[in-house]
Amino acid sequence: MTEFRAPAVDLARFRLRVVVAVLFVLTCLGLLAARFHYLQVQRHDYFLTRAEDNRIALLPVVPHRGTIVDRRGVVLARNYATYTIEITPSQVRDLEATLDELATLVPIDARDRRRFRKLVEESRNFESIPLRSRLTDDEVARVVSQRYRLPGVDVKARLLRDYPQGATASHVIGYIGRINERDVERIEEEGQTANYRGTQHMGKAGLEQSYEQELHGTTGVEQVEVNAGGRAVRALSHTPATPGNDLELTLDIELQKVAEKAFGDRRGALVAIEPSTGGVLALASMPTYDPNLFVDGISTQDWKALNESPDHPMLHRAIYSAYPPGSTFKPFMALAGLETGKRTARQAIHDIGYFNFGGHRFMDDKIGGHGMVDLHKSIVVSCNTYYYQLANDLGIDGIAGFMAPFGFGERTGIDLPGEAAGVLPSPEWKRGRFRRPEQQRWFAGETISVGIGQGYNAYTPLQLANALAALVNKGKLFRPHVVKYVVDSRTGERRAIEPEPLRQIPLRDAHLKAVLDAMVDVNVSGTGKRAFKGAPYSVGGKTGTAQVFSLRGQRYVEGRVRERLRDHSWFVAYAPAENPKIALAVLVENGGFGAQSAAPIARQVIDYYLLNQPVAAPAVEDPEALEGADDEAGEHLHEHEEAGAAVAHADDAPPPGSPQPASRAPAALPVQAPAAPARSGR
Amino acid sequence: MNESRFNPLALVRGFLRPIDPVLMLVLAVLLGYAHVLMQSASPERLDAQVSHIGIALAGMWVLAWLKPQRLLSFAVPLYLLGVLLLVAVELFGEVSKGAQRWLDLGVARIQPSELMKIAMPLMLAWFFQVREGQTRFVDFLVSGVLLVVPVGLILVQPDLGTSLLVAASGLYVIYFAGLSWKLLIPLVVAGVIALGSIVAFGDTLCQPEVDWQVLREYQKQRVCTLLDPTRDPLGKGFHIIQSTIAIGSGGVMGKGWMSGTQTHLAFLPERHTDFIFAVLAEEFGLVGALVLLATYVVLLLRGFHIAANAPTHASRLLAGAITMIFFTYAFVNMGMVSGILPVVGVPLPFISYGGTALVTLCLGIGILMSIQRSRFADKN
Repeated sequence: MTEFRAPAVDLARFRLRVVVAVLFVLTCLGLLAARFHYLQVQRHDYFLTRAEDNRIALLPVVPHRGTIVDRRGVVLARNYATYTIEITPSQVRDLEATLDELATLVPIDARDRRRFRKLVEESRNFESIPLRSRLTDDEVARVVSQRYRLPGVDVKARLLRDYPQGATASHVIGYIGRINERDVERIEEEGQTANYRGTQHMGKAGLEQSYEQELHGTTGVEQVEVNAGGRAVRALSHTPATPGNDLELTLDIELQKVAEKAFGDRRGALVAIEPSTGGVLALASMPTYDPNLFVDGISTQDWKALNESPDHPMLHRAIYSAYPPGSTFKPFMALAGLETGKRTARQAIHDIGYFNFGGHRFMDDKIGGHGMVDLHKSIVVSCNTYYYQLANDLGIDGIAGFMAPFGFGERTGIDLPGEAAGVLPSPEWKRGRFRRPEQQRWFAGETISVGIGQGYNAYTPLQLANALAALVNKGKLFRPHVVKYVVDSRTGERRAIEPEPLRQIPLRDAHLKAVLDAMVDVNVSGTGKRAFKGAPYSVGGKTGTAQVFSLRGQRYVEGRVRERLRDHSWFVAYAPAENPKIALAVLVENGGFGAQSAAPIARQVIDYYLLNQPVAAPAVEDPEALEGADDEAGEHLHEHEEAGAAVAHADDAPPPGSPQPASRAPAALPVQAPAAPARSGR
Repeated sequence: MNESRFNPLALVRGFLRPIDPVLMLVLAVLLGYAHVLMQSASPERLDAQVSHIGIALAGMWVLAWLKPQRLLSFAVPLYLLGVLLLVAVELFGEVSKGAQRWLDLGVARIQPSELMKIAMPLMLAWFFQVREGQTRFVDFLVSGVLLVVPVGLILVQPDLGTSLLVAASGLYVIYFAGLSWKLLIPLVVAGVIALGSIVAFGDTLCQPEVDWQVLREYQKQRVCTLLDPTRDPLGKGFHIIQSTIAIGSGGVMGKGWMSGTQTHLAFLPERHTDFIFAVLAEEFGLVGALVLLATYVVLLLRGFHIAANAPTHASRLLAGAITMIFFTYAFVNMGMVSGILPVVGVPLPFISYGGTALVTLCLGIGILMSIQRSRFADKN
């Protein structure tokens, strides 16, 4: 004992302090106990929910997208499984460093990086963005083994879209692309948000877009337990996804290939329709593009190349570009004359080579004219003068009124996105089209040029093909369609897309026969004679030539007017003439006169379709001149309009001796006897 | 004492003589609890934990066997060694997680600040013994200086948690030594006001532009996170949010041993060290938490009992201070994990994984046992 100072007092004072300390300690521990009670009893339910929310994640199970096959079952779009490296930017501190790190494990080229950066900019931060796909097993192993060092990096098994036909029929099939902000809004509007959880791609063009709902399927749900890093530890429950439905097309991909091949490297469009159903057999728009470029997110370079090409490969010419139909309009005009009683089949005019109207001389292409021309001959030789007069007699309202039921100037309603309506000119249309009163007025002279398919006329190849199909189908107009069956993915049931007749145009058989007979003769003795020489079937057709025409508001055409001044070449045809199985319209941009480049393409396509005759030569020859025809076919028009409006001009026959750009296409067909005597149009 | 021949029973009895049965029982319960929890929280550390326990118990036995006076004679050298090592850390220490705390002696890495937790109360107890229990102002001034030097050294490492604990351990000695209530109460009031104002003005103070001068950025963050854990739910607030979820979701009976989803799916950070209480509360519920609290209460009451009955002034101060240190560890840790105190790196005494802390705490138990035994030493 070292203490001398009143130990008892000291001890008492010390013990008081101990008591205070004990009280303090018990108070504090009581506080803790109260806190535990609050957390574990009063708020237990809340925290239990939070813990479950932590633990359980609902993962969407993305359905397999439906496949697309042609009418014979050839695969046009399918899925394949691949491993992809994906990065979630929000979980990565330094994106560039992570990319560099990954590049030491697997090859990542500059293109991958550029595309990735573009996707990062376009996406929301918490999305998982693909960096590279098609990993080999070896590459997967290398990345997975190092994944702990690379937060935010995942290797995922994904189904990617594959278009085995490459660029063939790309405008019809379309492509899928990553869902962007605008798509998200649309999905929300359609109330599909839940079904698109986890879906990264959707149809952006063609059938992939228009049949998105069928192809997509129903998203399933997987309940998984996840750890703090967000990785699934085990599955708790699983509701499988319902795969999307498959599409079976009316399209014949072999026919499509023949058509596309026939174009060679020329621009244009071809639409072939089965007249009895409205089913589309071939729908070519040239040039095409490779839809596979879009699947992973298209690289900036590829996108630029597609977008800036003067040939505009992304443009769906068959259904979006409208061209004046030129002389292919004449059979419809002739029928209008018969049906309205303005003409009879026998009634003939004397073509002196021009038609005077309102102080202007509207020229036929044949100097001196075709002589006596009745309806039959007017089609076979494509006489302009006959139709100048007829147009004048019908008047613009008569023409527009007759043509509208054939679908001219209205969307056909085909099951593809991005269809244009074209222009069926009429005074009403002109009033709506122009702003200034002096432009809104309809001039009678404008009616004259409309009569030969020029002027303000502008139709898509699809419209023309479908109108022709209705013509050869005795006036029954169908809504054209590309999909024949939707195949239910679960039951395998094939739901047919029934041919949908839009209307029956009342036409008298005798009138139809007169027009159709003349169209058959076109290919026997008229403007299509050379193209269909030796065809073992009977075929009706009509050539047409459209002077490059400025459609205000459609920039691409304006640009072309300066660049490419050749006429557009048209040909419409149907075969066999007695029972048509195929009706088609061919347009070759800047292809010259109709018989020159469009008709031979039609020949190859019909040959293949009816005779199953493979096409030996790559592309179609432009026969240097069109006639050994009995009478010459040709149209010519000079029209001088006030107000600086478009100058329409049609010409089925090239000026003799004028330089021939035909050398653009390889000479496959033998060039036959040189052209008949010169016929100058200009 | 009888000179006897080899007698195993006597040997065991001799071996057990310095051991206080109550403290030993409490310790056994806590360490057993720790072992069970570790199997759930971090099974790969079980072996290491067992060896830590072995070392700690050996240390405890040695101190329990020594007499309090002998222990007090270590006070000055231990204190000086501690200060020296702290200076060494400042000069040569290893940087871990942005702070210099470890000193690599080649054989082992030690945290000198841990040593200070024992050396500080020992030193002050010794000081007041030398001053023969005088409680003049100058005595408190000197003891204050003795306190501030190591606390300051730890604070600049920077290690806010440990410096507060070391400061507390010294303050407890001063409190028990009889610091006037007139001084004590204003001190406590000032502390409460300071804490209260931080809570009240937290929003303004926690703006990123505000520089707190005294505290480092990470310390500021810890306080701010406590004030509003949702401020940064995936960053610094994550720990507190996840641990309160773990505790709350445990309910009354808990989710069952090895079945805590928060624990086993890695939502709990530091689950084998500072946050092990959340594992306990999740898997064993309120019942498990109260069992732990009750065990601590027994430990503390036994400690205070020993202090109140200790034979010398110095041993009273020492026992009282050590008991309060146990309390402080337990309260600060559980308060932090359950979200009523800021996140400071304080382990849950005897439960959290970590060799240095366990040895320190068991040395404290050993000192208590030594003091308890000294009551009867005279009678023997």
